[in-house]
Amino acid sequence: MSDLGKVRGLGSAKSGTEHFWMQRVTAIANLPLVIFLIYFILAHLGAPRAAVVASIKNPFCAVTLSLAMVSILWHMRLGLQVVIEDYVHSEGRKLAALLIINFTTFILGALALYAILEMSFGL
Amino acid sequence: MSQNKVSSRPLSPHLQIYRPMLSTAMSIFHRITGVALSVGMILLVWWFMAAASSDDYFNFVNGLLAHWLGRLMLFGFTWALMHHILGGLRHFLWDTGRGFELNKVEWLARANLIGSIALTLLLWIIAYGVRA
Repeated sequence: MSDLGKVRGLGSAKSGTEHFWMQRVTAIANLPLVIFLIYFILAHLGAPRAAVVASIKNPFCAVTLSLAMVSILWHMRLGLQVVIEDYVHSEGRKLAALLIINFTTFILGALALYAILEMSFGL
Repeated sequence: MSQNKVSSRPLSPHLQIYRPMLSTAMSIFHRITGVALSVGMILLVWWFMAAASSDDYFNFVNGLLAHWLGRLMLFGFTWALMHHILGGLRHFLWDTGRGFELNKVEWLARANLIGSIALTLLLWIIAYGVRA
């Protein structure tokens, strides 16, 4: 291991297993959640906005869609992190790219949850 | 930021050394579809935001997606999703230590590819059935 790796506490069995594990946990969660998401989208193709909002006012629908967004975005963040670590080798650019995907994921999550809550509790 | 000290470890040969194979392509597709689906998530969140805002804006976004270019993109995302889901199932199988025999790897790769195309077509047939 390099000196920098030692200082950062990297190496085997530090955070690597947790990354792998959460990738799998969110993948398992994604299966039923994505199937529901596909069903939701198919059921509202070409439907007016009022129909979409009415569906999301159903608590089961709102909660399941919220879970879907959180789980998918979590899975996405982990996946993109690996892609960046594999292909971006310059330390500065890697850090910037990792920051961008982290911020973007959280912003997307906040927007999605806001939209779902707005539809379920709004007028 | 300090550069990592280069340690003198041997490097494994890179991709271009190996003969291109279906299993390699499937592995690459899994990654590409994952990245593409991330872009799709931006679209999905945009659609949710539109649904939460106003009728006019929702109709505007739906209109863009209904355009043939929008449909082509959604068709691509559907395939990417199906491919990534089936690829994920393959990974679950491998996680249990099974399915590593060469003939099984080859069979799984074919099943993944054919399955993703079949599921995509099926979903779009259903989608047009719903709209009609």
